[in-house]
Amino acid sequence: MRPDDRKYLDSHEWAKLEGDLIVVGITDFAVEELSNGNEGDLVYCDLPEVGREVEQGETFGEIESVKAVSDLNAPLGGEIVEVNADMMEHLETLAEDPWKKGWLIKIKPTDASMDHLLDAEAYEQHITADH
Amino acid sequence: MTEADLKQTDLHEVHVSSGAKMVPFGGWSMPVQYASILDEARRVREHVGLFDLGHMGRLEVKGPDAARFLDSVVTSFVGKIPVGAIRYGLVCAEDGGPLDDLLLYKSSDEDVFVVANASNCATVLAWLNDHVGSHDVTITDRSDELAMLALQGPRSQDALQPLVEGKDLGEIGYYKFAFATVCGIPDVRISRTGYTGEDGFEIYFPCAESVRVWNALLEAGAEHGLAPIGLGARDTLRLEAGMPLYGHEIDREHNPVEAGLNFGISFKEEKGDWVGRAALAAVKEAPKRKLVGITTEGKRVPREGYLLFDGDQEVGHVCSGAVSPTINTNIGSAYLPVELAVAGQTIDMDIRGKRQQCVVCDLPFYSRTRK
Repeated sequence: MRPDDRKYLDSHEWAKLEGDLIVVGITDFAVEELSNGNEGDLVYCDLPEVGREVEQGETFGEIESVKAVSDLNAPLGGEIVEVNADMMEHLETLAEDPWKKGWLIKIKPTDASMDHLLDAEAYEQHITADH
Repeated sequence: MTEADLKQTDLHEVHVSSGAKMVPFGGWSMPVQYASILDEARRVREHVGLFDLGHMGRLEVKGPDAARFLDSVVTSFVGKIPVGAIRYGLVCAEDGGPLDDLLLYKSSDEDVFVVANASNCATVLAWLNDHVGSHDVTITDRSDELAMLALQGPRSQDALQPLVEGKDLGEIGYYKFAFATVCGIPDVRISRTGYTGEDGFEIYFPCAESVRVWNALLEAGAEHGLAPIGLGARDTLRLEAGMPLYGHEIDREHNPVEAGLNFGISFKEEKGDWVGRAALAAVKEAPKRKLVGITTEGKRVPREGYLLFDGDQEVGHVCSGAVSPTINTNIGSAYLPVELAVAGQTIDMDIRGKRQQCVVCDLPFYSRTRK
């Protein structure tokens, strides 16, 4: 079971409320799918500029592995107030700790409601149904 | 096509149980990687790797007119292939657009073994049958009966030789083949060929023996660094070596002349006319574009379909792209107008809305004889 202190998108992003900000990352499942268990196969992560406004569901960045590029989608709309610039240079962090150190962006949400997102149990069902 | 519709080789269970990631490829479920794609590619360059190629199409063309017939439908001069040698060629339509590319193994003018791509095998078989005319030949599809494995890498001969009886593999020259007993199986076709730019062998034997031979090779080759390699690394290796993949560098719209495959095309009078000859001769006189390599300095990897620009003008698109562990940069292949297809020329690649500069280079990126 994945952490239940946050919510999930079926495209494998997670969103966690911290104070009045939403921290966004991708799940271990997403990292595994991209890298097939080989962190060296992750080659690039493109994150947005601080200050950019995103809408819920909008693509805010991309992550690239040796064989494919995947979109990163915003779980909530709002202003991007922080990006994890260190992580872009150290993609292995994503494999080591996707839940904490591997966070991608922080959003100041226009509406902090997360009811439209999956809880940990529903996300678990989603990924087991797929595979 | 769903997973259930995909064909499986006799090694499918072996791949799955060893943790391979399986993907659809040419109508087959095939291993794309067992471990890291980059590590697998490095292993082939430095040691040796084992590939399941059971998805490839294999056809026998036999009969008094075999070579003569093939000379009327393929680009290479089959009549002139020495006995025991192999040549690359293509089957093209009248307009010069290829239906597939092939390897032709000539045992005699009456016996030629043809290896086609998985996705095109049925097309090639139908095309050959449609063009037989009055030629006295029999065309037989052996794809479902034969296993095909490749050993690729500098240690290939060391890994394979212990399982071979009565044949010194050193006697099989590049693009030559022979028959020998392998793992106790008589008359196994062994060719010094491959699709990686390394030394290596491809072997063909009855499917039922697949698992036994696969395991015997892995065991015998372990001391030489042998491990299974997936199609992901195979794609990287062939692109580094400048080898085309049907559906990427060549297809009905991309002819072999502009792809730089003239070594596989014969316009010699003695070969006689063949399907596509006139169209390709015209392209050769006045090519409009040329297949080149591109390298990028950033981290972004060229991907199939990315558009290329000279200033604001769209000038082409990426055919294939990869992270190259051998030359340690990101590489791609692309057609460019001849005036831009010059080593050192810079062009822009559009990566999902962002521009990245690329430098044009000649293919291949890597050659073991020109290190």
